[in-house]
Amino acid sequence: MATLVRLGGGKKDAALAALRATLRRLEGPGRAAAGVVPTGFDAIDRVLPDGGLARGALHEIVGEGADRAAASGFVIRLLLGLAVQGPVLWCLADPELYGPGLQRLGLAPDRLILARTRRDTDLLWAMEEGLKTPGLAAVLGEPQKLDLTASRRLQLAAESVGGLGLVLRQADGGKATAAVTRWRVASAPSAAPVPGPATPRDFGLMRGRWQVSLERCRGAAPTGEQGSGEQGYGSWWVEEDDATRAVAVAAELGDRSGTSASAIRHAG
Amino acid sequence: MLAAVDPAAALAGLALGMSLADARARLPELRLVDADPAGDAKALADFADWCGRFSPWTSVDGADGIWLDITGCVPLFENEEALVRDLIDCAARLGFTVRAAVADTAGAAWALARYDDVPVRVLGGSEVRAALAPLPVAGLRLPAEIVQDLKRLGLKRIGDLYGMARAPLAPRFGEAVARRLDQALGLLDEPISPRQPTVPRLVRRILAEPISTPDAIEHGLSQLMALLCRQLEEDGLGARRLELACFRVDARVERIAIGTSRPSHEPAHLGRLLTEKICQIAPGFGIELLQLRALTVEPLAARQLGLDAREADGTVAPLVDRLANRLGAGNVLRLMPENSHLPERAARTVSVLDNRHDAKRRQDWSAGRPRPIRLLAYPDPIEVMAPVPDDPPLMFRWRRVPHRVRRAEGPERIALEWWRAPEAGTDGIRDYYRVEDEAGRRFWLYRRGLYRPETPPAWFLHGFFA
Repeated sequence: MATLVRLGGGKKDAALAALRATLRRLEGPGRAAAGVVPTGFDAIDRVLPDGGLARGALHEIVGEGADRAAASGFVIRLLLGLAVQGPVLWCLADPELYGPGLQRLGLAPDRLILARTRRDTDLLWAMEEGLKTPGLAAVLGEPQKLDLTASRRLQLAAESVGGLGLVLRQADGGKATAAVTRWRVASAPSAAPVPGPATPRDFGLMRGRWQVSLERCRGAAPTGEQGSGEQGYGSWWVEEDDATRAVAVAAELGDRSGTSASAIRHAG
Repeated sequence: MLAAVDPAAALAGLALGMSLADARARLPELRLVDADPAGDAKALADFADWCGRFSPWTSVDGADGIWLDITGCVPLFENEEALVRDLIDCAARLGFTVRAAVADTAGAAWALARYDDVPVRVLGGSEVRAALAPLPVAGLRLPAEIVQDLKRLGLKRIGDLYGMARAPLAPRFGEAVARRLDQALGLLDEPISPRQPTVPRLVRRILAEPISTPDAIEHGLSQLMALLCRQLEEDGLGARRLELACFRVDARVERIAIGTSRPSHEPAHLGRLLTEKICQIAPGFGIELLQLRALTVEPLAARQLGLDAREADGTVAPLVDRLANRLGAGNVLRLMPENSHLPERAARTVSVLDNRHDAKRRQDWSAGRPRPIRLLAYPDPIEVMAPVPDDPPLMFRWRRVPHRVRRAEGPERIALEWWRAPEAGTDGIRDYYRVEDEAGRRFWLYRRGLYRPETPPAWFLHGFFA
């Protein structure tokens, strides 16, 4: 089991935890009341403050490349892991989400309400309306651009009734936003069936893999080299078994002990 | 030919149908304006629209008439006569000279409005028979030649027909005369409008002073909404469609309408939907009358929002309505399974407000074979390097970016539906491959048709896995 030990004594830990709790209380009345939901990935939950994804907050998922498949896949698995009930509002420009594929991941397509918007202004408006509506499991949005002001509005809307906001974005130079966390998700080559480099003609798909990094997380202490630009909160390989569709954190990147396979969770 | 004359000209002895030369001879200083039938028709249609302040059901009748079905609208005024006087006064302010009559039957009202001298007639029951008797037979809405024939027989007044035996009239004039007479007297039903069995759900507010600011409209709207919703609530009904009509001082009518996903009588919710559209109203020189009408009402609780039972939380329906009203009902969608094995037809999006598919959507989504989570509606053609005949691609180029295939799975052969005419060279099949490129991204590719040595195969990218 990978254990992350960052600080010396338990006393110091407790003091810090108390300080963080105070800070979060000061940050907004909505957040503390809305609570957190565990992501289902134990290794990831350990890094998140209070051991889960904060409700009443906006979270940002940055995908690589033009197709949002990796990022949307991660978001869906995150949603399933959150085990939150109710409909999901998904605001997007092009409703190319495919029901049979979603069903296979374990997300019932019936739960989705799709809002097709042509302009970002409409999309952000729809997200804000959704976040202000109690009873929704989550509000997802895929804006072309998201700036500080817009994200601040969404964050405030999420705080108002404890909604869960998830923004899917393409990498665009990492403009600052008011989101509580920022994740970066990228597809990664699947592991070879036998140790060693994959030959070009390996037939059959192996377990899908993604590299998930937590780049920003309000209320948690960053790890990594100070000032090196590589500062983050953690980075993981997430792997899926095609047959059982179980998702697991396969390895913690940058974990100096080099151990792996810290948690397994079954989806669907 | 004179198409119309004003009162002054009529006094001078000019009449409709008089030739221009005759008219000029009688009245050399006559001022002529070209007739504009299209413009007249449009003005009449606009006027009919304006008359919507008196009744939700108005329609244009011929070139010079407007029908108003005021069933159920009278309580908004004191009585029928007050309604008619109000109509005439308001129309006069707009510069229209109006003759109006209210009667139990459409035929009687038509005759009285045109051929009776009393400016306002409100008749019911037996008065109609007596009132119609002295009017010319033309008041029965009969073709001109029949009117001529009747006159030749000495039947000039409607009353002359009362005592006539029907049998001799029929062979000569057809059944038109008897039918029109019976309709005017209420002996025969004449459907002129799709009459609603219940009173129209309508509230209105005459404004002391014309308003033009959005705030003022919103204020008026909220008062009307409270009133309407109270009425609906008393009757256990909810509105599915609402319309706010703003009657402007210049006789134009601005309308905004909203729809809801399920019946509602929540003033806050409905008011909010309409308030968002107030910016679409052009107030012009001001609005003098606001009228709120429920176009469609349904019993409450008769219908659930077509989402999952556990989502039937009442808070989601208002959100759906708000989204649909701003983005358009066609842009708030849900996914619907379809019974087809053609991937792009196995699912489609339908409007959330469309409840017709509720039964069908309960059927299961098949989750058997691996399917992408995002599917392109139109597969993208790609350039592919693949060993023949049936191997997955080694490399493909999508949107000018090359992808080297590292792993692949397939083919999964999907037969196109035989009842659809196959495109040329497709053989009615597609061979699908799941491939992973060097970066680990996963795509769904297919080759159209069987491999044939003589033609280069066509490849497409159809979806993305995650």
